[in-house]
Amino acid sequence: MEHVHHALKFKYDLCIGCSHCTSVCPTCSIHVENGHPILDPNRCIDCGMCYQTCPMNAIYIEQDDFETIYNYKCPVILLPSIFSAQFPEKVSQRAILSAIYHLGFKYVYEVEKSVDILKEVINEQVKDADKEKPLISSFCPAIVRLIQVKYPSLVGNLMLVKPPLDLTAIYIREVLVERGHAPEDIGIFYVAPCAAKIAAVKSPVGEEKSNIDGVINMNYLYNKVFRVIKQAEYTLREDEFDFHPLSKNSILWSLTGGEIKDITFGRNLAIDEVHNVSDFLDKLENEDLDGIDFLELRACDESCAGGILCAGNRFLIAERQKKRAKQRPRVVTPAENNILNFNEFLKEHMTVGKVQPRSMDKLDDNISVAMRKMKKVFEITNDLPKVDCRICGYQTCKALAEAVVNGQADIKQCVFVQRILEQTDKLTQAEALKITKKVWGEVKLDKDSIKHLDLM
Amino acid sequence: MHFEYQVEGGDFTNAGTTSSTVKKMMKQLGVDPTVVKRTVVALYEAEVNIVAHAYRGTIYVDLEENCVDVKLVDEGPGIPDIDKAMQKGYSTASPQVREMGFGAGMGLPNMKSNADKLTVTSVVGQGTTVEIINYF
Repeated sequence: MEHVHHALKFKYDLCIGCSHCTSVCPTCSIHVENGHPILDPNRCIDCGMCYQTCPMNAIYIEQDDFETIYNYKCPVILLPSIFSAQFPEKVSQRAILSAIYHLGFKYVYEVEKSVDILKEVINEQVKDADKEKPLISSFCPAIVRLIQVKYPSLVGNLMLVKPPLDLTAIYIREVLVERGHAPEDIGIFYVAPCAAKIAAVKSPVGEEKSNIDGVINMNYLYNKVFRVIKQAEYTLREDEFDFHPLSKNSILWSLTGGEIKDITFGRNLAIDEVHNVSDFLDKLENEDLDGIDFLELRACDESCAGGILCAGNRFLIAERQKKRAKQRPRVVTPAENNILNFNEFLKEHMTVGKVQPRSMDKLDDNISVAMRKMKKVFEITNDLPKVDCRICGYQTCKALAEAVVNGQADIKQCVFVQRILEQTDKLTQAEALKITKKVWGEVKLDKDSIKHLDLM
Repeated sequence: MHFEYQVEGGDFTNAGTTSSTVKKMMKQLGVDPTVVKRTVVALYEAEVNIVAHAYRGTIYVDLEENCVDVKLVDEGPGIPDIDKAMQKGYSTASPQVREMGFGAGMGLPNMKSNADKLTVTSVVGQGTTVEIINYF
């Protein structure tokens, strides 16, 4: 199986083994062993639900060392437009931008600069009768991965165009070389609002390699920039380079409904939050949902305003973003947004390769073996209590049954099975304890760990 | 593996439960996604037919290593002329129903194009049996 990069990592020294991450994972990719979560890299889609739910901040999202920007003579920052919407409204766009320059960046670009070009291509594809409908947006990388692992039959519906991030990066490289910078001097650093975007940069789906040289987490940059602003270390810049000229709908693009705003043809739907998306894709697989042409699907509630690396409240971020959009015209000219002069060039680089399914549901590559395993899973699941208590370390009774059938777990990890076996002397208390300790570690089950026995 | 599911006539909210369950099992077996899709489309159509037209029905699913065989047996009004019903565009739906966009006469033809083998038998006043077989 191909190697899939994940941006989410566990810090076991902070983890208290509460297994909240196990319970919220939409693809059932985490189970507990020795008191800590274990991630199944073939199931994880980098949505970040675990990161959001962890009470100990024991999950982190890897990023590149900020200092690496200084390895380039011409460090460029590529900002999602949502970045400036994190700040309180009294902090001006210009102050934010000036603070970023103060940190050492030579150029600041916004990711959505290329949206005006991309939307033309999307419109063409939606109108194209030969395309498998509904076309599904490939903008949200967590959704692309969700479809790969959970809805392999819908992989052919994914729109094979580059997201704005890659298009803008290609443009930047092109235009900076034109301005006389040596290609090796240019380092493009992307500010990521979520783990999925980072994973997509580090191992792009349907592409050989990314155009991004480094990734900075959005909350990290937010902290750095806010500090510069608070301490008034920067000088307010007059020029705002390419920062402002986004069109109204480019600014709205990363919010829910942003992609479908500009589609002039057919029936289009926008759905956000990973469980909502899953419900809809289930339905889409089951029945012929007639006449839907395009689906904008986003893993986060409120789309990128709800990105797990966003620093503020998602509704306030979306509000500020919408206010900014209101002040901008629907159409901008090539004189305002230089990228429009690169229209033809970028359209040549628009498509990405086919996305391959990698089904997580498949029990075995051999169908006879899969059949035998499926029968076994049914039988075992029937014997389990179906309370999905997670004491066995798995998200659900069915997940334990599958792990048992695949030889990864012992059915005696189930606390109900233990009690049943103990009644007929098929399992001693000591054996049961040993099994449970293998899941939850020694500490939680140490007989001396309860200090207030008198209360019990 | 053999499964049986009950379907109530008129229960549109739960229509599609069986096709969804069968879909999940086929995915676990690693059946080619296009075969899964075809099966689900045919089965869903057949399931909704019971809900829309019959009083009740039973769906018998046999999942084998090389095929899925689904038999939908309903108690209902039956189909008077199956050959006609298999023709594209043939429908007994009233103009009122057609006006809403239903009854285009594509139900059985659509099922046929998504099944490797489709057998329909019916006794007017008693019910209809539809069998869909798709090979992997």
